[in-house]
Amino acid sequence: MTLDFSTLLPYLDEILEGLVTTVWLTVATTFVGIALAIVVAYVRDGAPGIASSLLGAYVEVTRNTPFIVQLFFLFFGLPALGVPISATVAALLAMVLNLGAYTAEILRAGIDSTARGQHEAARALGLSRLQSFRHVVLVPAFSRVYPSLISQCIIVMLGSAVVSQISVFDLTYAANFIQSRNFRGFEVYLVVTLIYLLLAVGLRLGFEFVGRRLFAFRQGGSS
Amino acid sequence: MALVVVNDLHKSFGDLEVLKGIDLEIEAGEVVSIIGRSGSGKSTFLRCLNQLEHHDWGTIHLADQRLDGGAMSPGELSQNVGMVFQSFNLFPHKTVIENVMLAPVVVKQTPRAEARQVAEQMLDKVGMLEKIDAYPGQLSGGQQQRVAIARALAMQPKVLLCDEVTSALDPELVGEVLHVLESLAAEGMTLILVTHEMKFARDVSHRVVFMHHGHIHEAGDPQTLFTQPKTSELSQFIASIL
Ligand SMILES: Nc1ncnc2c1ncn2[C@@H]1O[C@H](COP(=O)(O)OP(=O)(O)O)[C@@H](O)[C@H]1O
Ligand SMILES: [Mg+2]
Repeated sequence: MTLDFSTLLPYLDEILEGLVTTVWLTVATTFVGIALAIVVAYVRDGAPGIASSLLGAYVEVTRNTPFIVQLFFLFFGLPALGVPISATVAALLAMVLNLGAYTAEILRAGIDSTARGQHEAARALGLSRLQSFRHVVLVPAFSRVYPSLISQCIIVMLGSAVVSQISVFDLTYAANFIQSRNFRGFEVYLVVTLIYLLLAVGLRLGFEFVGRRLFAFRQGGSS
Repeated sequence: MALVVVNDLHKSFGDLEVLKGIDLEIEAGEVVSIIGRSGSGKSTFLRCLNQLEHHDWGTIHLADQRLDGGAMSPGELSQNVGMVFQSFNLFPHKTVIENVMLAPVVVKQTPRAEARQVAEQMLDKVGMLEKIDAYPGQLSGGQQQRVAIARALAMQPKVLLCDEVTSALDPELVGEVLHVLESLAAEGMTLILVTHEMKFARDVSHRVVFMHHGHIHEAGDPQTLFTQPKTSELSQFIASIL
C-alpha cells in the first residue's frame, strides 16, 4: 500500500469545518460545563433539600450512563416529547451536561478538603455562605483538583467525536465523510488522529497557562 | 455600663457541659486575659462571643445591644467582634492586602479605594505594610498572624478576641505578635485573649480570668491573681506552667 496524502487536498474545507466545530464545541462546553459544575457543587454543598437531591440525581445518572445514550436521548427523545432540538444544540447540551456532572463531583472533592479554619475565618469576618464559597472556598478548591479537571475536559473533547453520530459536522464526521468519498481510510484517519492529539495537547497547555495565573499563590508557597 | 456583658452563659456539646454559667463584664478599653487548663472551655467561651458557637442558655450584650440568639446578622457581628485564631487562617489565594480588604468590600460594601486605605492603615499598625502584595505562603507564621490581626481590625470591631494567637508560632516569632497586641492595648482597644503567655498576661492585661471546668474559678488584677491565688486549683495551675 502506498500512502498518498494528496488525496486529502480536495477535502481541506471539510477538515477545516470539522475542526472548527470540534473546537468551538469544546471551548463552549468547557466554559458552560464548569460554570454548571460550580452551581451544582455549591447547591450540593449546602443543606440537604429538593434542589440538592435533584442535582445529586442528575450527577449520578450522568456518570452512570453512556455518553452516546445521553446524546441520543436528547436528540431523539426531546422531539418526541414535543421539544424540537437541532443536532448542534443537542450535541452542545449533552456535552455540557456530561462535563458539568463529572466536574461537579471533582470539584466537590476539592471543596470537601477545605480546612475548617477557612470557613471559620470567613464566618468571623461576616461573610455569608455564598460569599464565603465564592471568595474563600472556590479558588483553592479548584487549585487542588485542577489536574483532574484538565483530564476531564480532554476526555469530553475526545468524546465529542460521538456527536458525528447525530450528523453534527465535527472532525470525526468530516473524516467519515471524506473516507466515504476517496476511500483513503488510512490517510484520513491518520491525519484526524493527529489533529485530535494536537487538540488535546493544546487544551492541556491552555489550561496550564490559565492555571499558572489563577493559582499563582501556590508558587513558592507552603499552603 | 460595661461594653461587654455576659450573663449566665451555658453551652453543651451533646452530654458534655463545657460552659456552666459564665458571668463576665468587660469595660471598653479593658484587656482581659483568660487562662486555664486545656479543655476548660476557654475557646468555646470566645467562640460564643462572636457566635461561631451558639450557646444554649444566657445572654451576651455588646454596647447595650443584644448580640446573641440571632439578634445580630453575621455582618453586624463582624463589625462588633473581631477574632484572631491560633492557626492564622489567612486565605492562601489572596495577597496580604486582599485578605484585609475582603470583608470590608464584600460584607460592609465599602468602596474599594476607601477599603484599601483602611487596610493599609491596619497593615501599617501591625508592621506589615511592606508585604502588601505577598501571599500568605510566602510569610513567616508571625507575619501571617500580624496580617490576621489587621484583617480582623479592618472591620473596625469594638472588641478583638484572640484565641492562643501565639501558640502555633516558633518561639522566636512570638514576640512580634505580642508586641502588636501590646500596642493595640495601649491604643485603647478592648481585647479578650486566651493565652499561655503568662508574662504577657501579667504585664499587659488589666484583669486575668482563670477558667476551670466551665466556670470562672477566679478572676482579678494580674498582680494579685498570680502572687496570691485564692484557690488551690489556680495555684496548681500557676505552678504547672512555670
Ligand atoms: N465542636 C465540639 N464538639 C464537641 N466537643 C467540643 C467541641 N468543641 C470543644 N469541645 C469540647 O469542649 C471542651 C472544651 O473545649 P475548649 O473550649 O476548646 O477548651 P480550651 O480552649 O479551654 O482548651 C473540650 O472537652 C472539647 O473536647
Ligand atoms: Mg482552646
